[in-house]
Amino acid sequence: MKLIKANAADGRVIAGGQSLVAAMNFRLARPDVLIDLNGVKELDFIEETPGELVIGAMTRHAAFHKPVCDGPLGRLLSKVVPNIAHYPIRNRGTFGGSLCHADPASEWCVVAATLDATMKIGSAEGDREVPAADFFRGSFTTAVEPGEILVAIRLPKLDAGWGTGFYEYSRRKGDFALAMALTALRVEGGAISAARVGLGGVADHGKRMADLEAALVGKPATAETFAEVGKLASTLVSPYGDIHGSAEYRRDLTATVVARALAEAADEATA
Amino acid sequence: MSAIGRSIRRIEDRALLTGNGRFAADLNREHQLHMRVVRSPVAFGRLVEVDASDAADVPGVEAIWTAADIAELPQIDFRMTKITGMEPYRQWCLAKDYVRYVGEPVAVVFANSPYAAEDAAELVFCDIDEVDAHLEATAEPVAFMPETMPGLLTEPAVLHKSCGDLDAAFAEAAEVVELELKVGRHTGVPLETRGALAVHDAATDTVTMYGAAKVPHYNRGAIAAMLGLAIDRVHLSEGHVGGGFGIRGELYPEDVLTCHAARRLGRPVKWIEDRKEHLMAANHSRDQVYRMRAAIAPDGFLLGLDVTFITDQGAYVRTHGATVSDLSAALLPGPYVIPAYRVAGHIRLTNKTPAGTYRAPGRYESTFARERLMDAIAARVGIDRLEVRRRNLIPESRIPFDRGMDTLGTGVVYDSGRYHDLLARLEAHVGWEELAASIAERRAAGEMVGLGLGYFIEKSGLGPEDMVRMRVAPDGGIRIITGAASVGQGIETAMAQICADSLGVDTARIAIVHGQTSLIEKGMGAFASRVTVMTGSAIKIASEALIEAALDIGAKLFQVDRASVAYKAGEVRVASSDRAMSLAQLASAWAEQGGLAAEGTFRSDHMTYPYGIHLAQVRIDPGTCDVLVERYTVAYDIGRVINPMLVEGQIVGAVAQGLGGALYENFEYDEAGQPLATSFADYLMPTALEVPEVFTLVREDAPSPINPLGVKGAGEGGITAVGAAIASAVDDAAGRPGMVTRLPITPDRLHAWLA
Repeated sequence: MKLIKANAADGRVIAGGQSLVAAMNFRLARPDVLIDLNGVKELDFIEETPGELVIGAMTRHAAFHKPVCDGPLGRLLSKVVPNIAHYPIRNRGTFGGSLCHADPASEWCVVAATLDATMKIGSAEGDREVPAADFFRGSFTTAVEPGEILVAIRLPKLDAGWGTGFYEYSRRKGDFALAMALTALRVEGGAISAARVGLGGVADHGKRMADLEAALVGKPATAETFAEVGKLASTLVSPYGDIHGSAEYRRDLTATVVARALAEAADEATA
Repeated sequence: MSAIGRSIRRIEDRALLTGNGRFAADLNREHQLHMRVVRSPVAFGRLVEVDASDAADVPGVEAIWTAADIAELPQIDFRMTKITGMEPYRQWCLAKDYVRYVGEPVAVVFANSPYAAEDAAELVFCDIDEVDAHLEATAEPVAFMPETMPGLLTEPAVLHKSCGDLDAAFAEAAEVVELELKVGRHTGVPLETRGALAVHDAATDTVTMYGAAKVPHYNRGAIAAMLGLAIDRVHLSEGHVGGGFGIRGELYPEDVLTCHAARRLGRPVKWIEDRKEHLMAANHSRDQVYRMRAAIAPDGFLLGLDVTFITDQGAYVRTHGATVSDLSAALLPGPYVIPAYRVAGHIRLTNKTPAGTYRAPGRYESTFARERLMDAIAARVGIDRLEVRRRNLIPESRIPFDRGMDTLGTGVVYDSGRYHDLLARLEAHVGWEELAASIAERRAAGEMVGLGLGYFIEKSGLGPEDMVRMRVAPDGGIRIITGAASVGQGIETAMAQICADSLGVDTARIAIVHGQTSLIEKGMGAFASRVTVMTGSAIKIASEALIEAALDIGAKLFQVDRASVAYKAGEVRVASSDRAMSLAQLASAWAEQGGLAAEGTFRSDHMTYPYGIHLAQVRIDPGTCDVLVERYTVAYDIGRVINPMLVEGQIVGAVAQGLGGALYENFEYDEAGQPLATSFADYLMPTALEVPEVFTLVREDAPSPINPLGVKGAGEGGITAVGAAIASAVDDAAGRPGMVTRLPITPDRLHAWLA
């Protein structure tokens, strides 16, 4: 922490290096000092408490291939992780690094935003906690200040009644998603009693979508509902267009990924 | 057992698999300098000044050159073209007066480390008066270099070819079909980027460039001429090459600069391109627009075809000259009769990376255009897509078929072919009736699935000649020296098989030496699917000459009549006796008289024309507009197969590349001419996860009558009809004949088409 403080202005911490090294290779990032966190064992852990999963910032993506805890949350993380890039990248890249990089198409950022994670940020002065809603400030921008690092992420568990879904589309397997949706539903008597919906790849950062959640509660858990809410989602986002997809395309794609993720969550919730 | 026709494992793989490959980047010399190219940051502009003063202060920098420092170097000349008038459009080694594309070399930095060179290159300041970039080849031509070459427009050439009476065809037509089609800008992207190590021997004033590929002998001559040296003062040496695909190994500015610098700076000079440079400086390809008008008889027979196409050649005309457009024009008619045909091919320049050939140049594009037309005719006349092709295919009775046109200086004469037969075989192979029924069933259940096909003619074995030298060592090893080149395609294995077959010996005894200009005075290299045809035939001829030489020597050593010795399986034997000598013994015994050696030359005035059919099965995901290729089959008749495994490898790899151009790869530019696909995150090549299993039906039903082996090249047919077949299948899946008018078929485009 002292090193990080001392090099706050011109240094960068390096975690898995899967984004930073590429940026350095293109000369887009030019830190004078790199502080390597790979030897800091205290940052590489997963702890389970009765209500939470606490994930050390240096936990590699690949750690989540098998459920890290019982119940819907462990299953959800293992559903999400194969969508992150390619296996060698998952073996090296870290959960915390991904949150700090805050790519608009980061799967873990959508997880953190949708499930109301709490980020533990550390510095030489001590730790502070920031809720996900305040952590993501924009594309590639977070609440982590110079001299600070992300230490751990606290993810609230979902109890047994929840079903979860995740769906993303990219042109090739492993590319940055053009749109993704993460969902969690509780279904009682065929009707949706609680919902979580998050989107990624279609805004400046991963976002929890309260309007979509509100639109779902009380509705029957049917394909019609999911299509309708997917359509609503497409009207609530204003994605940018680039060479991989126009804004119009990405809006329609949003409807698809939302509907598919909802269908998956409903299947699981009613299984 | 014949050595031909067997899937012998690749001789060349041992070194590669054991980590002993030697690619350009693996080579180092003591005291070498590292070259870094300063590239234009803008697409078009007047080059006012290049200020290298800050860059020169970077520690480790030894020299920085701009165009003024190499005024003695001429423009890079054409390797292939019969078209004149394009000379002013050739590229200089470093930009002079104007920059014409982002990535154009403006200066070069030489430093003691690659890091210092790259740091310094970034500090070279280019003062450029920007001009609006010209990015649409379909727009009217503009000035090439407005102030310094007034009046010279960005249309270096228009090619014209024709055969038959087009007016009569249109007068007779029951229907006229018109189409406009576009193939995107993509190219071969070898795993190994370009690279070179140039070493100067001051004592003999000889420059050797390592890292050569594709056409070492031609490039040696071109570099010698540019440097003002006698040809034997330049040598090119090919190591392992990590893929060529037509683009690697052409003569680029960087090759000439390393050689020039090694000589002038007196130190070895190494240059290794990074991927970002590669995607904006090595040849692009494709990028053509076709406008077609077809005169159709009531039964769907294509009476006449009138075509105008435009090739976006990028900023300059490079070594290939008019090759791509010439091949597009001549081979567009493909396997169909088409009695009357007229084509105008416009070569137009834009402010993009210059273009050249890429695997199946001109055929990938023109096959897409022609096969889209065949589908359109089927839809217009109301017959199925197989039937329209059957009605137009050239019948066996008309083979050899003379198209009455030239390409690459040779007449287009299809030497052998059983086109209807191959179509029937493919139908049987895939079980067409059942397949079509299963697709119909799935479609009725709501899936967007479809089948598509593309029929094509390839060309291979471009002459004029190839020569090899063969020598038997006293230990029995057979060494063949050829001027052919290896870009990784397995020529050592295939050539050894041809020699082993002719001599009746084991392939393990045969060593193939290629790509070394110091060991043989001429050679054509590796392009246009020519090596198996041309070099392979030369090896067969040399092998037969070697047998004659062995018999001559044997007769003398045994002191018998020439007629009483016979050759079999590596031995010369005296008739009705047990007296015999092996090739090793003969070579040993005759060492002082010159040993046992032979030479073989094969000449050919005509190319040989393999042909094939691609069949694609795709599913569209209507929610994402993704195209999933479920199944892919290639039927290909190559006359005679030397090594089935290598042929299959060629086909499968080429299909993967073809899918890139059909669905993924595209060099996009913004309005200012900035390239937007300069990394593998944006230039999307298909990976193993996007490429389906490829089924092959390789046939030997129409051996070539114009070479002693009966072979036809197998290197390109796997890519030729991918764009055509995928487009046809996507149309079918969407239930919208004629929907796909351009490649690649991106989700974005499909989304717009389906809307």
